[in-house]
Amino acid sequence: MTRLHRLIILAVLCLGITSTASTAAVADEISLREIAAGFVDANFSGVSETAQALAETGDPAAAVILQALREGRLHWMKSDEALLIADRDGREMRLFDLFSEEPAGTARRRDLSKVTVNNAIRNQVDGLIGGLTLLSPDPEARRSAVTAVFERRDPAFLETLDQAIEQEEDARLRALMEEARAAILLADDGAPLEARLAAVATIEARGGQDALSTLAAALSEDAPPALVDAAAEARAAVEARLKMWGYAQNVWQGLSLGSVLLLAAIGLAITFGVMGVINMAHGELVMLGAYTTFFVQEIIRTSAPGLFEWSLLIALPLAFLVSGGVGVLIERGVVRWLYGRPLETLLATWGISLILQQTVRTIFGPNNREVGNPDWMSGAMHLGELTITYNRLWIIVFALAVFALLLLVLRHTPIGLQMRAVTQNRAMAADMGVRTGWVDAMTFGLGAGVAGLAGVALSQIDNVSPNLGQSYIVDSFMVVVFGGAGNLWGALAGAFTLGIANKFLEPVAGAVLAKILVLVFIILFIQKRPRGLFAVRGRAVEA
Amino acid sequence: MSPGPAPRATSALLYLDGVSKSFDGFRAINGLSFIVEPGELHAVIGPNGAGKTTMMDIVTGKTKPDEGTVLWDGRVDLAQIDEAGSARLGIGRKFQKPTVFETHSVEDNLLLALNADRGVFATLFATLSAAQATRIDDLLALVRLEDRRHTLAGGLSHGQKQWLEIGMLLAQDPKLLLVDEPAAGMTDDETMRTAQLLRDIAGDHAVVVVEHDMAFVQALDCCVTVLHQGTVLADGSLAHVSAVPAVIDVYLGR
Amino acid sequence: MSLRALDRRSWVFLGLLFIIVVAVPLANLATAPGSWAHLPSFAVSLFGKYLCYALLAVALDLVWGYCGILSLGHGAFFALGGYAMGMHLMREIGPRGVYGDPVLPDFMVFLNWDHLPWFWHGFDMFWFALAMTMIVPGVLAFVFGWLAFRSRVTGVYLSIITQALTYALMLAFFRNEMGFGGNNGLTDFKDVLGFDLQSDATRAGLFVLSGLALALGFILCRVIVTSKAGKVLVAVRDAESRTRFLGYRVESYKLFVFTVSAMLAGLAGALYTPQVGIINPSEFSPANSIEIVIMVALGGRGTLVGAALGAIVVGAANTLLTGWFPDFWLFVLGGLFVAVTLFMPRGILGVFDRGGPVRPGAPAGLALRRKEA
Ligand SMILES: Nc1ncnc2c1ncn2[C@@H]1O[C@H](COP(=O)(O)OP(=O)(O)O)[C@@H](O)[C@H]1O
Ligand SMILES: [Mg+2]
Repeated sequence: MTRLHRLIILAVLCLGITSTASTAAVADEISLREIAAGFVDANFSGVSETAQALAETGDPAAAVILQALREGRLHWMKSDEALLIADRDGREMRLFDLFSEEPAGTARRRDLSKVTVNNAIRNQVDGLIGGLTLLSPDPEARRSAVTAVFERRDPAFLETLDQAIEQEEDARLRALMEEARAAILLADDGAPLEARLAAVATIEARGGQDALSTLAAALSEDAPPALVDAAAEARAAVEARLKMWGYAQNVWQGLSLGSVLLLAAIGLAITFGVMGVINMAHGELVMLGAYTTFFVQEIIRTSAPGLFEWSLLIALPLAFLVSGGVGVLIERGVVRWLYGRPLETLLATWGISLILQQTVRTIFGPNNREVGNPDWMSGAMHLGELTITYNRLWIIVFALAVFALLLLVLRHTPIGLQMRAVTQNRAMAADMGVRTGWVDAMTFGLGAGVAGLAGVALSQIDNVSPNLGQSYIVDSFMVVVFGGAGNLWGALAGAFTLGIANKFLEPVAGAVLAKILVLVFIILFIQKRPRGLFAVRGRAVEA
Repeated sequence: MSPGPAPRATSALLYLDGVSKSFDGFRAINGLSFIVEPGELHAVIGPNGAGKTTMMDIVTGKTKPDEGTVLWDGRVDLAQIDEAGSARLGIGRKFQKPTVFETHSVEDNLLLALNADRGVFATLFATLSAAQATRIDDLLALVRLEDRRHTLAGGLSHGQKQWLEIGMLLAQDPKLLLVDEPAAGMTDDETMRTAQLLRDIAGDHAVVVVEHDMAFVQALDCCVTVLHQGTVLADGSLAHVSAVPAVIDVYLGR
Repeated sequence: MSLRALDRRSWVFLGLLFIIVVAVPLANLATAPGSWAHLPSFAVSLFGKYLCYALLAVALDLVWGYCGILSLGHGAFFALGGYAMGMHLMREIGPRGVYGDPVLPDFMVFLNWDHLPWFWHGFDMFWFALAMTMIVPGVLAFVFGWLAFRSRVTGVYLSIITQALTYALMLAFFRNEMGFGGNNGLTDFKDVLGFDLQSDATRAGLFVLSGLALALGFILCRVIVTSKAGKVLVAVRDAESRTRFLGYRVESYKLFVFTVSAMLAGLAGALYTPQVGIINPSEFSPANSIEIVIMVALGGRGTLVGAALGAIVVGAANTLLTGWFPDFWLFVLGGLFVAVTLFMPRGILGVFDRGGPVRPGAPAGLALRRKEA
């Protein structure tokens, strides 16, 4: 005799002699057991009816049985038709009690028979479980229950739902329950018209994609015309709101892409814009920044795991130094011999980009490297229908911060002043004692260092591979060319315009086509304004 | 290009009236009026930044005026025309900084300037006619570069480049020559020879010369216009303008 | 006219080219495999590929070396020519494809397309395809150049937007919906005009044709650059605004050479595809185009012969080094870019003719400073 059997006998014996409270519980168990017996050897409709009947008891214990049914763990013993939960364990089956869920020994597979379910039943059961757990003490369980109920719109839950609304203390959850109630009423042809109209309003206020589908699907064919009209109006309103959220989403994603472009392009705006030097190795300097981040995290992983949360902050100055240092080397070693010959500079720096790529490939291998997100960079928050991931948010903030910092450096520091002096009139600056060679190196180094900073940020959202830089170089040149060289504000405007344009085109045209369209647009735009949005005018540029 | 023989608004070859041009709010040319008669030799002087070069830019279609009339030969609106168009009308220009084609020989520089069809396919199949060859010889003699005929222009001295550019200007056979500071970088002797040459040219061609060198302007012995802050301060003979107090104030005296 | 256009160096070049064009097929066809003089068949196609690159480099030299237009998108014209020829070769396959569709190329059957896109019509005719290999790049260059040159986009700005052009085309050709085989491009060709592409004789024939195309392209470019129009081009390169003030419509000249050059590039691509056996979107990659630039720079820009020479040297170095030390090639290529621009601005041929033309911008010494505005 199994434990279960003994338990049942015990329970039956107890029935007459225990206190009322426990009597009620045991009575429930017995009645549940009686109802559940309907599962034994039932066809699909029998299973479905039994599940429904179980749920209608409103007993949370029924939820456990339904859950087991849902997961395909509900079995009965061929010998005595007793129901129990069983998991496969090799050739054996491990058994659990239906109510206490305690281990109840093992059995051979062929002694058991499974209660089989199809998809229709699974869906039905999901809703049923939802109704049953509405009263669960666990808020998370209630939340998922209410979602399931909202989707099923089964009038059978109305009573439980009312009870749950009354008890609920969490305002958000209560609102969700009200909405679920509205969804049920909406679908219930038996409910009074006013209540159903009010339900339409509640659902409309909920908004979002599921409100839309509820409004579309809940009404039966013989719903009163007034209700149908109200629902149609509500749908239009929800759709309009969704569209606005869609735009907001596009803007957000555009800002996010724009900030990435800004980061990639802003260093270029210095070398190209301020110095007139085409640095084709700019993308590779970004890549070096990303690899510095990887390297820092690698060291932290092996020697100081506690610092992981700080890894990005540690990597920032290092990346600035690494990329900036390489930048200074490039300037002193190659670029400075080529001033006044922009096309040659372009070719030489392209060569440098190949060398840097291959160097990194040789040291770190050709594959993507894993750079982790610290906790404060992972996760997301919700703003209405918007999902805002923290890494994107931080990158926007970071890009703007770098931008502001550069603006300050160029405007208000001695080195910034010297840089501008050298750009505007090299000879005169030299006469006034500015060490032009040093200023050139520093300017180039600054642009390169900023590329390194960009690399740290991009390591959080992109694959860190030797090709990282290549994927940004055309885009960042487009930003600078579009915005107008020689102007940081141009880079800002260019980056965000292109980012947002891209994201608005994407839903219409698809990602690749959107990018092509943007490129074509820039090519046409340059025809109109060969010097970009924020052109620096004057004779100097025309010479 | 111009629809039929429109009535001539003026008998002047070049006619500027009320022309203004601003760069980022800065008025480089301000209500300028200026007339050049056919065959006239005319000097323009004025302090740096007075707008002399900008005036030439406007006449040659490099810069579009904001307002005012710029008429060529009394009928063609120069504001509608680009640089090549102005050259084809018969306006030749010498830059402040000598610009010749440095990797071409002296001879080829002149050949490119010679008055001939400038279309792509015309030049693709062009051959050098005897008349053109003679003209090149003459010009080489005139600018005293016969023995440098095959030298690359990049190898010439500064003064020689100035001369070559003047030669190219003549090769164009323009109706109007705009010459921007030709004497810069020349020896006194060369300066005087240039002045003489310009005087020789005038008559057949109208010539407008911008210059700082007073001795040079004196040698030109022609009508002088003084430009200041984009407007005409005075004009007349050199002696006349030198006596105008405003001119002395801003330019000559101090 | 064409004879006067050829100087001594041109004759040397054409002579060498002639020897190669005769010797390579002979060494392959007329010798027994295993004999010391035998050239394996793959090498014939490989050398043919170099000749195609040489033609492309000559075309680029025409616009860059003579007119100062540094195009970073010439690979696009090359690839378009290659695709046009590839489309013909695909149509030639006919029902011999894997899916056996009499008209549709395999990749279209694979994508469940039921008819040929409109732009694939006509490519079953060889003459049409051949014309398209030059017309398509020519028209693209004309439209692009018309827009760019008329608004006076010059210098690095022009370079960057030509790069954007080829980049945009690359993205476009990667798309299956474009109808050019997406990622995989066009491949598995069987024959051309009835000649089996795998046979040695066909390979040799294509090689000879490539040599011929290079010779003709070279002569055409020589004719252009030695004409008065060629002098105008150099004038534009050296002093664009001076040229305008002499009355030349600079944009027309640029448009003319840019278009001619693009058509030559297309022809080179058309010969490249059957010899390599595949054309795919990576031919549009900006890196490819810029590699052509370094070929021209290495050989000596503004010499035409140098461009062809540079293409062959770089091509051969690429083949040898990627074979011997695969990791080393990018270092060499990168180093080449730096070394040529710093130490050999006039390229290999420039080293030979010292005392020749000194190009402005080419440094007298390394200490040349930025030109003041
Ligand atoms: N393209 C331009 N952009 C901005 N300012 C200009 C431009 N061209 C001329 N200027 C300004 O117009 C003024 C007149 O210049 P310019 O005509 O060269 O004087 P000048 O030749 O008489 O010395 C100067 O202050 C100059 O800075
Ligand atoms: Mg001036």
